[in-house]
Amino acid sequence: MLNRRTITLNVNGEAHELEVEPRHLLADALREGLGLTGTHIGCEHGVCGACTILLDGESIRSCLLLAVQAEGHEITTVEGLGDSNHLNFLQQKFREHHALQCGFCTPGMLMTATELLNQRTSLTERDIRDALSGNLCRCTGYDHIIAAISEAIAETSGAGP
Amino acid sequence: MTFEVMRPKYVGARVQRKEDPRLLSGSGRYAADVQPTRALHVAILRSDYAHALIRSINLDLARAMPGVIDVIDGEALASELKPLYATSRMPGYKPTALWPLARDRVRYVGEPVVAVVATDRYLAEDARAAIQIEYAALPAVTDANLSLTAQSDFLHPEHGSNLLVSRNFSRGNIEQAISEAFRVVSGQYRFTRTTPVAIEPRAYTAEWDRRLARLTLHSATQAPGIIRDALAEVLELNGPSIRVLAADVGGGFGGKVSLYPEEVIVCFLAQKLTRSVKYVSDRQEDLISTTQAFDQTVKAEMALDSSGRILGIRASILGDAGAYSIYPWTAALEPMQIAGFLPGPYQVPSYEADVQVVATNKTPSGPYRGVGRPGACFILERLIDKAAKEFGIDPLEFRRKNLVQPDQFPYKTGSGIVWDKSGFIECLDLAAEVIDYTTLKDNRDAAKAAGRWFGIGIASYAELTGLGSRMSAAPGMPINTGTESASVEIDATGSVIATFGTASIGQGLETTLAQIVADEIGVRPEDVTIVHGDSAAITHSTGSYASRSTVLAGGAAHKAGKEVREKLLKAAGFLMDCELLELEIEDGVVRQPATNKVLSFKDIGRAVYSEMGRFPLALRQELDLRATSFYDPEFGTTTSATHIATVDIDPETFEVRVLRYVAAEDCGRVINPQIVEGQVQGGVAQGIGVALMEEVIHDPQGQIFTASLVDYLVPSAAEVPSIEAVHLEAFAAGTIGGYRGMGEGGTIGAPAAVANAIADALSHLNIDITELPATPERLFRLVTTANQEKA
Repeated sequence: MLNRRTITLNVNGEAHELEVEPRHLLADALREGLGLTGTHIGCEHGVCGACTILLDGESIRSCLLLAVQAEGHEITTVEGLGDSNHLNFLQQKFREHHALQCGFCTPGMLMTATELLNQRTSLTERDIRDALSGNLCRCTGYDHIIAAISEAIAETSGAGP
Repeated sequence: MTFEVMRPKYVGARVQRKEDPRLLSGSGRYAADVQPTRALHVAILRSDYAHALIRSINLDLARAMPGVIDVIDGEALASELKPLYATSRMPGYKPTALWPLARDRVRYVGEPVVAVVATDRYLAEDARAAIQIEYAALPAVTDANLSLTAQSDFLHPEHGSNLLVSRNFSRGNIEQAISEAFRVVSGQYRFTRTTPVAIEPRAYTAEWDRRLARLTLHSATQAPGIIRDALAEVLELNGPSIRVLAADVGGGFGGKVSLYPEEVIVCFLAQKLTRSVKYVSDRQEDLISTTQAFDQTVKAEMALDSSGRILGIRASILGDAGAYSIYPWTAALEPMQIAGFLPGPYQVPSYEADVQVVATNKTPSGPYRGVGRPGACFILERLIDKAAKEFGIDPLEFRRKNLVQPDQFPYKTGSGIVWDKSGFIECLDLAAEVIDYTTLKDNRDAAKAAGRWFGIGIASYAELTGLGSRMSAAPGMPINTGTESASVEIDATGSVIATFGTASIGQGLETTLAQIVADEIGVRPEDVTIVHGDSAAITHSTGSYASRSTVLAGGAAHKAGKEVREKLLKAAGFLMDCELLELEIEDGVVRQPATNKVLSFKDIGRAVYSEMGRFPLALRQELDLRATSFYDPEFGTTTSATHIATVDIDPETFEVRVLRYVAAEDCGRVINPQIVEGQVQGGVAQGIGVALMEEVIHDPQGQIFTASLVDYLVPSAAEVPSIEAVHLEAFAAGTIGGYRGMGEGGTIGAPAAVANAIADALSHLNIDITELPATPERLFRLVTTANQEKA
């Protein structure tokens, strides 16, 4: 299993060349290969959602994709949102609503919510809860996360939550 | 010295969290994020057998695999280090030898047997697959009752039985109370095994410092101090040779507060190989090897007089500890806490509890959010509801009548725990008011009349938090956890730095402690730098668990902050040539209101450290802007709450939906209302998981059926309702700052409230909920049986 190949990953608008084995998970390539440790690995079987990233704007589990499969696609990770001195709109909503505690599930939550936000449609609380049901959080009980996302959607879609 | 801040500006305010910008931007540093140069990676081969003798281990093939640096087994480790024992002062208690890798025998599925070190994790896992082990299977014991009566094949043969703990508590005359009772209600309750499931799996990176030849362990731990002390002992190192860092930790809930074999293994290997060594568990490993929770069977009876007053409670508790008695909490922790807290917040004149704890071939059990109290509350609150039903008294009224009344504090319970004044009745009333209990009952009756399975459940509880040196976090445990420290200083640049030994595991301690220091000194919280989770930054600490950090570290922060403020004023008073009482400090500036005199912290810091000539010699000798204080709350303090839940059960699918949830609690003075609300909501969500879906299931051979998150279900946003958390401060707490701990409460009340609501929804069938989680399958069986009996 030592056949390595060089691939190019487009991450957060930047092209990165790195050497991987075909079996390497995208999540591992992002974290170990590119040092983008904001993408967290919580289960490695696609259930917890912590490793959610956007692939061409769609949320996917980076633990269920091989790094080689991501070649030629646009990847967005949490590092592609605002940095700690310049939180983006959604990150600020999370902060205002205390929508995170330990922060481990947070990057995945943010990426799933970014996808929702980009759809620019109004959603009910029930819709948001269902849309987030693939992202597990063990700290918050979800209320504050729902509040942050509801407000963000309401303010961007022009419709009430 | 008094600790009432005159005009608190930040304590009590919704201050945004200091930790958020880094965590929201993916800039946190969890143990798996640390990437030391040329780090090696460990894969652990774990036992597939619940109970077996190790006949032989062949590592030759593994050693020859690509990238492999080293492969070690239990025997290789045994010649290099000492086993650890979780000792106890408890009479008759039997400790178990804790080796990082199994020697001779394996005792649970998931027990570490061999560690492979390779240049990357994929290669380490490849080599792991090439290890050959020959086992001789032994009969596995997975049932606590069978373990208790077993005559052979003991897990730890040196003890001659599987019984690790046997204790009896009694107070008053329970025999008489039961024989003279007007009514006795009873039941046998089963609180099944669960597991914490922090979203961050356990991870440890041992960073080797070549220059200083010493170790830094980046650990996903709640207790860096405990781990540092234990590793120093096991590896025979002095304190400075090993530093334990817990920068960001992805949730703990009790699952990251014990010493783990992998922590010893990575440190041992890093020292041996003089290279950094990293281990990151996957979810399956986490589900089978992180300490699990609960797993008790409790027979309990409650004696009542003719007016419905409790005369006494008698219980016998059988706890399943799993394979080992873990460090430092011991196997006694959970079951003994059940015995300790079973009398709850009620007046219980007579009490007796018999506790037995046995070893079984399952993952070791350990602390989980609430420790013992979720089970105690479930059992007690079921008995309370059954008694209320027997007497035809409304469950809310029944509680009001039997709760410890405001004029009865301090109240010593049947198990010897003393409740200090806390809002027992006040929380009950507040919860009822917020949920509009009277209307709710009418709605329930109407819903039931229309054929819906709709129910209301109440649970009241009290917990001891912020335990000091006179109370043990785990009965008889080997270390005392009664103090925490705070070191506060203003440096030469005028910056405020506060250093603590506690670890932040998501509960926002950096923010709440900064709020306290900010008020004491007179700066903004964002200008206070908090250092924590670093064993090298402090002399001694244990960590964050048992709802203690805010009470103990917060109390210490008040003490040290006040002392630094006094020193600062002394320096400022001299520099400004005015009386200290005339000075005010706000937002990092000292001013004399009557004049235009103003000095910033920066000015004062520079003067004190770099312009000493401005002060007379005598003052210079004593003038530093720093203080370290320890705080020991001695006994701790009482936090109380009442939860009320409503549920609807689908008669087709038997799915339980929690519709409304109100938690009213008295946690003393609130430092940050948003953080308190988040703690309650998160705790309740976990408690709902315990009530409805979470269960670790073993087959009779000790194989775990729930080794993935598809099989072990935790609540998602779709199953958790909106949780209304309301707060009251009925009486001033006796702790410095007036704080009561509140990190665990939500998990304590929720299983009982939901169980009572389910029983209420099924009251027409007279169904008792004696076992959690109340899964659709269990409810289907209960309803089917009840219908058959009716027919």
